[in-house]
Amino acid sequence: MSEFIIKNGHVFDPTQGIKGDKKDIAIKDGKIVDKVSGSAKTIDAKGKTVMAGAVEIHAHVAGPKVNVGRIYRPEDKLFTYMPKKGSQRMAGGFSIPTTFKTGYEYAKMGYTTAMEAAMPPLFSRHVHEEIRDTPIIDEGAYPVFGNNWFVLDYLKNDEIENTAAYIAWLLRATKGYAVKSVNPGGTEAWAWGLNCLSIHDPVPYFDITPAEITKGLMKANEFLGLPHSLHIHPNNLGNPGNYETTLDTLRLTEGMKAKNKFGREQVLHLTHTQFHSYGGTNWGDFESKAKEIMDFVNKAKNVTIDTGNVTLDETTTMTADGPFEHHLTELNHLKWANVDVELETAAGVVPYIYSPNISVCAIQWAIGLELGLMAKDPMRCYITTDHPNAGPFTRYPRVIKWLMSAKAREAQINAFKHKDKVVNQTSIAGIDRELSLYEIAQMTRAGPAKSLGLSSMIGGLKPGMDADVVVYNFNPDKPVAKPDDIEAAFQRAACVFKSGVQVVADGEIVSNGNKRTIWVDAKTKENPQVMRDIQEKFLKFYSMTQANYESIGHHFIPNPYAIEVDARS
Amino acid sequence: METVTITMKNPPQLYLEADNVTPDKFAGKSASQIAELHVYEGNTTSTLGKYFEVAGSAGATAADTKIVVKGDVSKVKYLGMKMSAGELVIEGSADQYVGAWMSGGKLLVKGNVDAFAATGMKGGELTIEGNAGNYLGAAYRGDWRGMSGGKILVKGNAGSDVGMYMLGGEIVVNGNIDVHVMTHAEGGKVIIKGNAKSKLGGQLVDGTIIVFGTIDVMMPGYKPVGEAELEIDGVKAKFAHFIGDTGERKKKRKGQVIYGNLYKKL
Repeated sequence: MSEFIIKNGHVFDPTQGIKGDKKDIAIKDGKIVDKVSGSAKTIDAKGKTVMAGAVEIHAHVAGPKVNVGRIYRPEDKLFTYMPKKGSQRMAGGFSIPTTFKTGYEYAKMGYTTAMEAAMPPLFSRHVHEEIRDTPIIDEGAYPVFGNNWFVLDYLKNDEIENTAAYIAWLLRATKGYAVKSVNPGGTEAWAWGLNCLSIHDPVPYFDITPAEITKGLMKANEFLGLPHSLHIHPNNLGNPGNYETTLDTLRLTEGMKAKNKFGREQVLHLTHTQFHSYGGTNWGDFESKAKEIMDFVNKAKNVTIDTGNVTLDETTTMTADGPFEHHLTELNHLKWANVDVELETAAGVVPYIYSPNISVCAIQWAIGLELGLMAKDPMRCYITTDHPNAGPFTRYPRVIKWLMSAKAREAQINAFKHKDKVVNQTSIAGIDRELSLYEIAQMTRAGPAKSLGLSSMIGGLKPGMDADVVVYNFNPDKPVAKPDDIEAAFQRAACVFKSGVQVVADGEIVSNGNKRTIWVDAKTKENPQVMRDIQEKFLKFYSMTQANYESIGHHFIPNPYAIEVDARS
Repeated sequence: METVTITMKNPPQLYLEADNVTPDKFAGKSASQIAELHVYEGNTTSTLGKYFEVAGSAGATAADTKIVVKGDVSKVKYLGMKMSAGELVIEGSADQYVGAWMSGGKLLVKGNVDAFAATGMKGGELTIEGNAGNYLGAAYRGDWRGMSGGKILVKGNAGSDVGMYMLGGEIVVNGNIDVHVMTHAEGGKVIIKGNAKSKLGGQLVDGTIIVFGTIDVMMPGYKPVGEAELEIDGVKAKFAHFIGDTGERKKKRKGQVIYGNLYKKL
């Protein structure tokens, strides 16, 4: 592999505490190194910003519900198709882009790793086929556990070791990365026409509560010592007044400590927090409770969050929170699709327009930004749009612009039809904090990499780490002429290296790189009971055999990268 | 107003996608510049000039530009797509998506048009002297936003699914109409001077359908509420009045339920 040296750029690397110093970054054989030989190819980054490749901690980019969105929304692709060009295939779509466009757009923005946030285990093969067809970026997927019959059965009796053995088996069978829980218990209740709106609502038949599921999954996760913590979409998403449910969920972490060899410190990652920080009793007195949530998060060192910023676009909502999507289609009357996944989960899909003329949408926009601006530790608060739920991931540069520029926020607030409601029902207008490039690097690189337990590998520019390096056309020495320049710089990177291969030059794709599928191989003590339970459930309940369930082999995972965990002792 | 005439001289083997043939795209351009605008034939991109002879020159703005399309364009799609002002006259028949998403200006087709004409139309006037195909003034595939403004006149017959997901504006069909009229509509008006077949206003939330001729089969979700006298194009007549679709979600205004209206001439 060839050598490269990126010279004279302003480097921002939280893993080494580098805050914009002029520094050369050397790349050899796919890794960052101290120095390279004189024959290394030089990239001139004078007057430009250099960061590690960004890390996406939560996006819906592959799998059956994403594809349901693609299939039932041909209008999302209208006028978006780009013809084949160089090493790029034809690609299109806006809120639910094709797999190819997903890879290209992430790479062009300087993202080199992305995590699919909700993999239905039964459809892991589909998820992996789409991941395989998403070029350039490394990807992993979180299987969903919060409504899984095995988990509900084991946790009802507080069987942590059995839950852990089942998790280890499922991660191996589906080539999953982490333990995801979506509306714990609520989605199973949805199969009975019900929901769990608080953490103490019992799940029908199983007679277990969301609190017990969440606590149990956290314990099992730490029992195994997985790289990532439990990744939770709590109950009661998207309803006025739901911040109390969110705080109740967060309080379940009290007294819990992370136990792993990956440098991860949190026991719970709370995702798309914007959707869970609502006050008020209805859509009229709907208000922000971002402060209440961030007061807790700022103190709780064992919690990380991502924001879920509303980008004010027409998008496609999709979640394994089946009852929520039904609730949403009743509100906006747009087309609804629902997918039940036997024994495991269920998902819904509904298009949604976040209009700047609707006060609720404008307040949601403000809440997402408040979370980022109120975060005292940017290493524990990450930028997401819960793609495509609050907006497409291609809007990250715009979110970064709003976080970095009070002027840009002010312009948007003034453009809202119900400006007074945004000012009165949130605190966004009173916040003058502007995030620095260093803080942005924490929120999009070093932070999510640490939360995922990948901090020795990605998210930084230390020698020995993967050579995922991005150069942005942004000079931190010069004052920002207009906030839109920030957005333009982050939208199309000047240069992107992925594992030491240049994949983007001048904002255009130049190589499809060498994408990997990252998964977690957790070894546990033999557990005959769990193995027997799995066999029995496949014989009695599943509509497919165990042999057709597992994702194995080159067809599904052509280039695997396993993170080893030993939980046998 | 300046006039540009484009004449088909080298008909395409496949269907030609000519989304640049609008006063908006022609405005401010000379004949040779217009000939350089792109068209697609299958998966190849080429220029308008390869297929058409371009004469005259465009006005400075779309409003000052008139385009006359001559020759056989029955295999040309997207003529007048997204036009916002000016005039477009098609002397023969055209393929699909004529005037799709148009928001202003005048578009006249002297022959017939195929399906999806005026898809998502927002404003302006579309006149079709011949027959219209299916999905006239409807929404794009999968979309819920059909024609929302402007006026369409079809002097001949119209196909099926006219005004699907219509939100506003008016469609007048002088001849007969095929099945499915204003399905899922939330506004707007369709006037049928000839006969209709069946499934008029299925799952219609709001909007108006007026039929002068016969209706083969009425939808079961429509309820007769008496008679009404209406004046259409200066002619007064008595109509049977139905409301519906009673099986579909309904909006409320000031506590009153708003129904869609179907009138059939007595």
